[in-house]
Amino acid sequence: MSVVAQREAAQGGLWSRMSLGQKQVIWAWGFLAVPLIFYVVIRFWPTFQAFYLSVTDWSITRPASFVGLENYKRLFADPLFWQVFRNTFMYLILGTPISLLISFVVAYYLDRVRFMHSFIRALYFLPFLTTAAAMAWVWRWFYQPVPIGVINDILSSFGIPQQPFLRSTVQALPAVLAPAVWAGLGFQIIIFLAGLRAIPVTYYEAARIDGLSEGAILRKITIPLLKPTLVFLVVFSSIGFLRIFDQVYNINTNDPGGPLNSTKPLVLMIYQTAFSSYEMGYAATQTVVLFMILLVISLVQLRLMRDR
Amino acid sequence: MERDMRFRHLLAGVAMSCATLAAFGAKAVEIEYWQYVFDTRVKAMNQLITKFQEANPDIKVKQTTFPYADYQTKVAAAILAGQGPDVVQLFYGWTDNFVAGKMIRPLRAEAFPAADIERDFFPIVSAMKRGNDYYGLPTAVRSLALFYNKKAFKDAGLDPNNPPKTLEELVAAAEKTTKRDGSGNIVSAGLTLDMAGQDHQWWREVLVRQFGGAPYTDNDTKVTYNDEAGLKALTFYTDLQKKHKVGQVGFMDEGQAAFRAGLAAMTIDGTFRLGSFNTIKGFEWGVTELPANAQGVRSNYASYFANAITTKAEGEKLAAAEKFLAYVSSPEAMKIWMDVVGELPARRAAALTPENVSHPIYGPFLKGLEYAHTTQFKDEAAQRQVAMDMVNRVLIGGDEPKASLAKAAEDEQAIIDRAKR
Repeated sequence: MSVVAQREAAQGGLWSRMSLGQKQVIWAWGFLAVPLIFYVVIRFWPTFQAFYLSVTDWSITRPASFVGLENYKRLFADPLFWQVFRNTFMYLILGTPISLLISFVVAYYLDRVRFMHSFIRALYFLPFLTTAAAMAWVWRWFYQPVPIGVINDILSSFGIPQQPFLRSTVQALPAVLAPAVWAGLGFQIIIFLAGLRAIPVTYYEAARIDGLSEGAILRKITIPLLKPTLVFLVVFSSIGFLRIFDQVYNINTNDPGGPLNSTKPLVLMIYQTAFSSYEMGYAATQTVVLFMILLVISLVQLRLMRDR
Repeated sequence: MERDMRFRHLLAGVAMSCATLAAFGAKAVEIEYWQYVFDTRVKAMNQLITKFQEANPDIKVKQTTFPYADYQTKVAAAILAGQGPDVVQLFYGWTDNFVAGKMIRPLRAEAFPAADIERDFFPIVSAMKRGNDYYGLPTAVRSLALFYNKKAFKDAGLDPNNPPKTLEELVAAAEKTTKRDGSGNIVSAGLTLDMAGQDHQWWREVLVRQFGGAPYTDNDTKVTYNDEAGLKALTFYTDLQKKHKVGQVGFMDEGQAAFRAGLAAMTIDGTFRLGSFNTIKGFEWGVTELPANAQGVRSNYASYFANAITTKAEGEKLAAAEKFLAYVSSPEAMKIWMDVVGELPARRAAALTPENVSHPIYGPFLKGLEYAHTTQFKDEAAQRQVAMDMVNRVLIGGDEPKASLAKAAEDEQAIIDRAKR
């Protein structure tokens, strides 16, 4: 018997000596290996790569060399970073509650509408299907000064002074946020509607028999039972607002994130550092910081809002 | 058995066609040319490629284009990955990056002697020279001029054949041509204010010099506009909106859009805008040199896209690329480029023909070229942003021009210093 044949026999022996349970485990891992390898190669590897890049000074055209925490020091000393950090959180703390409130109110009343229900729902969903870039360009036109800006034309026809909107450091961020909120409504309304429909009708019937007011029903039944939906939407939309980019970039392409960086979110800063200034290492540092922020906020939200 | 025979026949057939393909392939060298999408530029290049291939049947040129926004990134990524173009178009301001990344190669002195280049081309091509080597050659160059709407001039009682010659006359003409509604809102600007467009160049290389300063020294590595001259230049610019109210940053979104729509009497823009402005139907427009200061001092900003040979081109591809570069920077190519794109020839002899110099449109741009400066940008987008923010701080932030100017100088110096490392 040759050596190879011997080894084969031994292996065959090993397989045949295994119990059914052990074989099942091996098969299971064999199948799991496909998505696992995919995840590691496509998701985790680039993430680790970004961590590595964040401690180098790679600039696309020049080879990377290790610089330690130099990039992090530079980032935390950069006033632009803190401005952008503030902006990013403004998008989050204005955008998330406003969009959730509006979409809940719309969903709450839409749930009762029988007349053309699907049509109205589709109308609300329509903006969600539109590309953010196209939308931003239309809103950019709305915000122009007279004689072409739609809003300012209306204002001045009533004798109200025209507003600078995108040309003001105070108004620009809410002006950019409005289309982003509007665009996200469709999705949130659909999810809220599904959540509302999932609440058993019997609870409401019982409450009405007990003589509870509509307000009390909303507070004591609807909202508490919507909690899983709410948790999902809060986390989902927070991540969305923290990563806002296309609306901001397209609504003001001549001065992206302007005026005077008043609308610049972190993602746009990363984009400009990487693809305009070619400071890939520094951009990776910013990415890592954004990742940390997203991670912490998501974990905190999930913890706070999870059913105890 | 029969199946086996058929398979052999098939195999032989495939082998034959491969051999034929290889024979054809060996005959024609294919090189790739990359540039960004700009309608007239692509059209002009297609014409040049057709002519070049007629003269060189053994060379095939494939043109690849994509949007300007991703251009530099894609070119860099492709070349570093060993793919991409053999001949590439690049903005002169990117040269340092491309050379540092070993993406483009110096032109061989035997094929492109430096003495010939310096004799035949406008001096601004020296921005492509590092040490003794040239790294690329332009087909066309661009300068700035003042475009004015003749109809708006006539309507305001101004002579449409006598556009402003000095800064003072510019402000006066702008005041006369500005239209406002009852509440004082501008509905038609006298002069467009667009720092995101060409105004940052106008401010940096023209106004600062006209008020007695210089934007940079030491090969554009030291920012020197934070002085009396810079302050006067910035105040002059911001006063156009604040004091004279003849224009407004952001009016009609972009300066060129306002001019095209007939809602701005004057705009400062470059040669590259000619193709687009030529399609204006509603009114007649004219071009004049950028206004001089009270002492008659003029200045201008000139720039260009150059064509360079990448490090990817080797052997027979390198030889073909050199031939192609020589053709696209030939007088014949420059003539085609000017007719189609509207940009000025980069060779003196091709540009300064009596016909061109006396041309009502090309003339002012060509005169501007004689006294133009070419900024050696380290990070063009970031440096432009500094100028935009400087003006915005005064116009919307309410800052004093002096403070805003000082901050701009500091910010821009930091960008330049970082690029030097």
